[in-house]
Amino acid sequence: MKLKRMGLYAAALGFMVFAGFPFYWMLITSFKQNRDLYVGASDVKHIPWIFNDPPTLEHVRLLLGQTAFPRWVLNTLLVVVAVAVITVAVAVPAGYSLARLAGRWGERLGMGIFFTYLIPPTLLFIPFSRLVALLGLNNSLGALILIYPTMTIPFCTWLVMGFLRSVPWEIEEQAMIDGYSRLEVILRVAPRLIMPGILTVVVFTFTLVMQEFVYALTFLSSVEKMTVSLGVPIALVRGDVYHWGSLMAAALFTSIPLAIVYNLFIDRFIQGFTMGAVKG
Amino acid sequence: MTTRRTIADREDVLGVLMLAPSLAYVILLVGVPFSLAILLSFSNASAGSLRFQWAGWSNYSAILGDAIFLRALRNSAVVTIGSQALVVVLATAAAQVFRATFAGKRFARFVLLLPWAVPVSLAAIAWTWIFDSTVSVINWTLKAAGLMHGWLYWLGDPALALLAIIIVQAWRILPFATVIVLAGLASIPQEVVEAAIVDGAGFWRRLFQVELPLLLPVVTVAVLFGVVYTATDLGVVYILTGGGPANTTQVLPTLAFQRGILGADLGQGAAIAVFLLPFLIVVAIAMLRVARRAEIGAR
Repeated sequence: MKLKRMGLYAAALGFMVFAGFPFYWMLITSFKQNRDLYVGASDVKHIPWIFNDPPTLEHVRLLLGQTAFPRWVLNTLLVVVAVAVITVAVAVPAGYSLARLAGRWGERLGMGIFFTYLIPPTLLFIPFSRLVALLGLNNSLGALILIYPTMTIPFCTWLVMGFLRSVPWEIEEQAMIDGYSRLEVILRVAPRLIMPGILTVVVFTFTLVMQEFVYALTFLSSVEKMTVSLGVPIALVRGDVYHWGSLMAAALFTSIPLAIVYNLFIDRFIQGFTMGAVKG
Repeated sequence: MTTRRTIADREDVLGVLMLAPSLAYVILLVGVPFSLAILLSFSNASAGSLRFQWAGWSNYSAILGDAIFLRALRNSAVVTIGSQALVVVLATAAAQVFRATFAGKRFARFVLLLPWAVPVSLAAIAWTWIFDSTVSVINWTLKAAGLMHGWLYWLGDPALALLAIIIVQAWRILPFATVIVLAGLASIPQEVVEAAIVDGAGFWRRLFQVELPLLLPVVTVAVLFGVVYTATDLGVVYILTGGGPANTTQVLPTLAFQRGILGADLGQGAAIAVFLLPFLIVVAIAMLRVARRAEIGAR
């Protein structure tokens, strides 16, 4: 039994090392002095896994003070807010409609909408590049605000529909017996019931906007317009010189809030993905 | 009391009104561009002008005679199949570990989920640094452990670069697949497992003859999403190798981007991207079958 226990810990540790190693590497790179960082790996005596010189905040200072990183954070947050507003306004009523009003064909239609989530940006970025040029949105955050909802709306409509399935019908039914019209139920009773669903929608939107790369790469060309996920890998590279310390610090700072959010909301996202293949 | 049938009580009207914006968005900004993507692949459109003409199959015949495209098509298949095979094995194993209770499990789970939370492009740049030709920590560790005597130019050698891409893709999808398989494990009725134990089935027998067959639909869902995420991903290859050295690690999305956006040949870019469709169609059909089975099972 003891051996089995040790095997379990060893396996868990193995998976943790595989998954977490790049993040350890970001962390240690962010705070290492340059002369500790750029020692060729053929020098076996210089151990790269530890701090050989005292840690430094120089890379962080450079990132926050002398690069466009703070600007990219602002841009990203702006897009998050705008896309979240659009997504909530469009997907939440749609999810409600499919779950409560559409009857039998609600599920089918919901699945149809969900399937469009599978159509990838890498298939659509070429026609979108034409559309964006037509609308005069080239090199503008407006392009992202217009197009990101094509990814959030299908998933979130499906998510809200699934969420409402698990909310008992009776509260709304009782309100109607008490004399509310269906519209009044939707405006006064339903929002309170859907609140956790709306929160999930906002969080999903946040994570998607933070992570998206393809459309940002296609539409944004000037450095001050970029979002974090585009600017860090593309524009922090000055000429041919990679500032690895600052680069890794940027990757680390961006990953931390996302990791926390994922841990809190993972189960809700998963319900969306498993599509009834898992019965709770 | 007479029933009021105002618009406020017409469920059908309200239903349509509430659904309309979502449907409109999906049709106008997914459906139309999707059709346009296919249409453009038969045109000579370029990014410079907004006019374009029908070009028949010329884009397709051009790319099918292009060794770089054929290589990209093969690479897409190799990376997708290779990484997802790795993911299935690792995710099933990881789910067996993480279903158990042990000290520090919450922290372990947090770490396991990290690769899924981090933006693809930032993960790719971190891996670029890890695979760096002169200071690669992997090379140092292999050398220090006495496992390697030469030198591995991870992103400079076509075969190694492809392997690096497969590793990064598997690393990135693993948490997602593990969590889905875990959700599937949790939904297996306890009685079934207990019955197997009573009948004297050991761990392996239980795993292969009881749990894995029951997990099949869930594992399928995990793999299908994994296929979509990997086959259609641009960021990992774009940042890790840029398709190089000498176009040997191009995949369909990076080549479509290079020709269609950077090279301004929208028609050819669209034709390359259209080759992603077979991956997606297979996935969509398989998903419908899983969903259908779940629907029947629920009755």
